Amino acid sequence: MKKVYANATEALDGLLKDGMLIAAGGFGLSGIPELLIAAIRDSGVKDLTVASNNAGVDDFGLGLLLQTRQVKKMISSYVGENAEFMRQYLSGELELEFNPQGTLAERMRAGGAGIPGFYTKTGVGTVIAEGKPVMEFDGQEYILERGIVADLSIVKAWKADDTGNLIFRKTARNFNPPAAMCGKVCVAEVEEIVPRGSIDPDHIHLPGIYVHRIIQGPHEKRIEQRTTRKREEA
Amino acid sequence: MAVEQKGWDRNQMAARAAEELEDGMYVNLGIGIPTLVANYVGDKDITLQSENGMLGMGPFPYEGEEDADLINAGKQTITELNRTSYFDSATSFAMIRGGKIAAAILGAMEVAENGDLANWMIPKKLVKGMGGAMDLVAGVGRVVVVMDHTNKAGESKVLKACTLPLTGKGVVDRIITNLGVLDVVPGGLKIVQLADGISEDELRASTEATIVN
Repeated sequence: MKKVYANATEALDGLLKDGMLIAAGGFGLSGIPELLIAAIRDSGVKDLTVASNNAGVDDFGLGLLLQTRQVKKMISSYVGENAEFMRQYLSGELELEFNPQGTLAERMRAGGAGIPGFYTKTGVGTVIAEGKPVMEFDGQEYILERGIVADLSIVKAWKADDTGNLIFRKTARNFNPPAAMCGKVCVAEVEEIVPRGSIDPDHIHLPGIYVHRIIQGPHEKRIEQRTTRKREEA
Repeated sequence: MAVEQKGWDRNQMAARAAEELEDGMYVNLGIGIPTLVANYVGDKDITLQSENGMLGMGPFPYEGEEDADLINAGKQTITELNRTSYFDSATSFAMIRGGKIAAAILGAMEVAENGDLANWMIPKKLVKGMGGAMDLVAGVGRVVVVMDHTNKAGESKVLKACTLPLTGKGVVDRIITNLGVLDVVPGGLKIVQLADGISEDELRASTEATIVN
């Protein structure tokens, strides 16, 4: 089965529906599926629920889908860098479900692993616990969190082979593996597609079983906060 | 306008917090003063975790060597060390939730005498989200809070009960402020250390929480 597509629009062909749930990889602007997000904007699909740790910035990443009002609801842990997001949220145009970061990652991992719910101590005694079943194990309270199964996953990796085996690079891995796992269909964008056999099987981070369609960059890979130190004078 | 602050300054608080760390520990540092703690670990073998998926966080890169694929949890460009490992977010929080991270040093808006911590939202103000703070305080071995003892109006941030929405319930072990060091113990807070030039009366006067002997 052919997994490699020519571009993001072709890779998403037939996969987008109004009102669908999309899981997206990335942390801040690092490791975000920037090409697939742009293609989703161009498709005009709307009323989306997007599970993603962050919401991009105003003019890059998921911020693009907020500008065009294609997102109905975000499931995120932190949305601080996006002014348009805050405006839409405070005016009631956008629904927001805050999830603790580790809970969001585990909801994706669990959903992909066939686990419909799990108990965690995270959020016990806070607003996060409101309305959630509580269970005591070994004298400690835990709350029930649900696994997420997304209609579509969009992720970014460094390299893929043509069978969809993925390798990520440094901290750009972040939410991409759990996001990929939880989708009924997963589309990955990568910087380089290499022939099968050219990646050591022991070095594959995410097996191709989770990846259905692949496209190759180029990527902008924007830096959100450029922090540096001075070289010591000789 | 800079407010005249009594006791320790930011760097002295960070240096005091660094004394909490022991050789061989895996540690998560929050944003703000906690980030400065890394400057004061000295010869101790400490591995810093960045919850976006890295153990062995290095310093900021030299100009021109920034990498969009290498950032910390505050989204700042950083570097790797020869001990560094990378992993995904689910694995990262598995080690946090699983108690493998020995300690977290975090900032706070309010702390209460029962160890309740509030550091993620102020109702009716800009809500940015809790990020990984709720997972960290619920999961790591020891939670040390570093913060100013009072707010800009001079009101205590060390309270009988938090007024802001909680990040975690009964999670704080130790509080380091500009006025000193306090431990959460049964019945209230116990004074462990006074900051330079601070008397016990001054610390008590700035503390709403119950202080026990």
